[in-house]
Amino acid sequence: MNYNIDNKPLLDVQSLTVRFTVKRGGFFSEAKHLYAVDDISFQIKRGETLAIVGESGSGKTTAALAVAQLVKAYKGRVDLDGTDFLTLKDEALRLARSKMQFIFQDPYSSLNPRVRAEKIVREPLDNLGAVRDEERQAIVDKLFEAVGLHPEQQRLFPHQFSGGQRQRIGIARALATQPDLIICDEPVSALDVAVQAQILNLLRKLQADFGLTFLFISHDLGVVQHMCDSIAVMYMGKIVEYADRLSLFNNPLHPYTKALLSAVPTVDKKRRAETKRILIPGDPPDPLDLPKGCRFANRCPVAQDRCKSEQPILRELKSGHKVACHLVDENEVSPL
Amino acid sequence: MIQPLLKVQNLRIELTTRDGIAPVIDDLSFDLGAGESISFVGESGCGKSMTALGIMGLLPEKIGRIASGSINFNGEELTTVSQKRLRAIRGNDISMIFQEPMTSLNPVYTVGEQIAEVLRAHQGLSKAAAWNSAIELLDAVRIPNAKRRVSDYPFQMSGGQRQRVMIAMALACKPKILIADEPTTALDVTVQAQIFDLLNDLKRQTGTAIILITHDMGAVAEMAERMIVMYAGRGAEQGPVDQIIDHPRHPYTKGLISCVPHIVADLTNERNDLTEVAGIVPPLREFGQDRCLFASRCSMVSQQCLDKRPPEMKFEAGQSSACWHAEAV
Repeated sequence: MNYNIDNKPLLDVQSLTVRFTVKRGGFFSEAKHLYAVDDISFQIKRGETLAIVGESGSGKTTAALAVAQLVKAYKGRVDLDGTDFLTLKDEALRLARSKMQFIFQDPYSSLNPRVRAEKIVREPLDNLGAVRDEERQAIVDKLFEAVGLHPEQQRLFPHQFSGGQRQRIGIARALATQPDLIICDEPVSALDVAVQAQILNLLRKLQADFGLTFLFISHDLGVVQHMCDSIAVMYMGKIVEYADRLSLFNNPLHPYTKALLSAVPTVDKKRRAETKRILIPGDPPDPLDLPKGCRFANRCPVAQDRCKSEQPILRELKSGHKVACHLVDENEVSPL
Repeated sequence: MIQPLLKVQNLRIELTTRDGIAPVIDDLSFDLGAGESISFVGESGCGKSMTALGIMGLLPEKIGRIASGSINFNGEELTTVSQKRLRAIRGNDISMIFQEPMTSLNPVYTVGEQIAEVLRAHQGLSKAAAWNSAIELLDAVRIPNAKRRVSDYPFQMSGGQRQRVMIAMALACKPKILIADEPTTALDVTVQAQIFDLLNDLKRQTGTAIILITHDMGAVAEMAERMIVMYAGRGAEQGPVDQIIDHPRHPYTKGLISCVPHIVADLTNERNDLTEVAGIVPPLREFGQDRCLFASRCSMVSQQCLDKRPPEMKFEAGQSSACWHAEAV
């Protein structure tokens, strides 16, 4: 396995911005834009996992799609192993995509119902043509084994598999081109709890075996805690907090992260006794009419005047923990 | 001992399927006291929602029926009561909120009209009185500016607000039992926390008993006093929530608790593999067989499990487990 020891990240995303035009401008009216992802930057080292977490509408899935160029970025850079993805076009982009694969949320709608499992997994190889025809079957056999499916299941159609098995097919397909980076968009949210564990264990095993790098999109903080090395928390298109796993879960600094973590129900008695639930009132602001200051200010229990007038930037503290909140000082104590 | 509010005994619900008749609920018994909160847990297809529909008398017509057993509510036998009486009980005494707040509301009526309709139908209030009550109810479920929002249509509200409207409708007649079927599955976790907080407050204020149906052990731990773990239409384990989480007596319960990565106090760098419960819930045609239906997924399986359905083993504080090896779990 080829591990890069140097500090250069495998994926380096800088100032990524995605905007959707909600209303086109006319002669008398200005165009209206929605910034689903607003100037976010993050890095992932080879062999590690970064999670982007957030609630619906936070922009986490859009960010993932923009990294893979499945939606067009408005601004920014996406460097994968030194290649700027966003400047690639057509054939070059198609070939480069072999280095970046996607695992989708819904294993029921992300597999073609009329194609046999074997062909689904083989298709990326056929498309790229990098491997000789006669070698492809051997690769498919290996992939089926790696994701824990039987060789005789290759001839079956998607509807003959359970949800968990379908997700295994999706994973095998993603692995086919030997990608460096796999983007997992809520890979277990559609599955039953007992099946989730099977898939999460499989993903971790494959990561260890093949040195995979994951960009992991999820709203489930328990799953994120288990899977990731570092975590970026998004709120209304912005990263509000970005830290390694232990600092984020043991010492969340941003009031939103703190409320988010406190809201997760857990069976752990000690945590339930120690964590006071912080309820954040109201709803997120209208994404078409964002406030001038901090986007969380209208729901934040400790917001001050400054929060409403001045937008906080994501800044790095001494420990390397990054947070976008005016009220966090150098002592790294949450204001909440 | 005082009579519980709801007493379900040896309930058997049958569904007609292509492969014949399947017992989707097979010999289920439990009690619910006034003001108590219990929770049904299990994977999809284990009969959690079917139990709720059975109690409500809302089983799919011509396909599902209560084959045997009894559902006794406040001294009344619901399995034999007339449709008319059942309609009066539904909404007045027992009401239900559903998983999808998006699809359970009628899109062409304002939320106020929908809440008022409940009050007019069940309590015979006048139009004006019902409308005013609707505003009070919206206020009680903490919808800001209720007086204005009462004229909103469902599409003008967020998911969390719609679920609040559902709760307002369900609570309109001050029911004795509220059945919440995965009420927060479609919602974000901070909104879920708001809804749970609201349900707990309302329970304290009105003394309504709550039946929470969920697949999330964390939610059970926070919301319920007792739990019933369902597997393939049967009760696998019942008892006090804290006791079961500390010491489950059924391998399935144990699996459900440990297969989910939980956020714990003082997280460390150590990460172990999650416990896997291999396989999936058996298909309906295997329900009702005289053996342990969990055997095919169980690590403790023995010949006995394949030969005979396990009886209920009793433990202290009302904990019971339908497993031949319950002592050893």
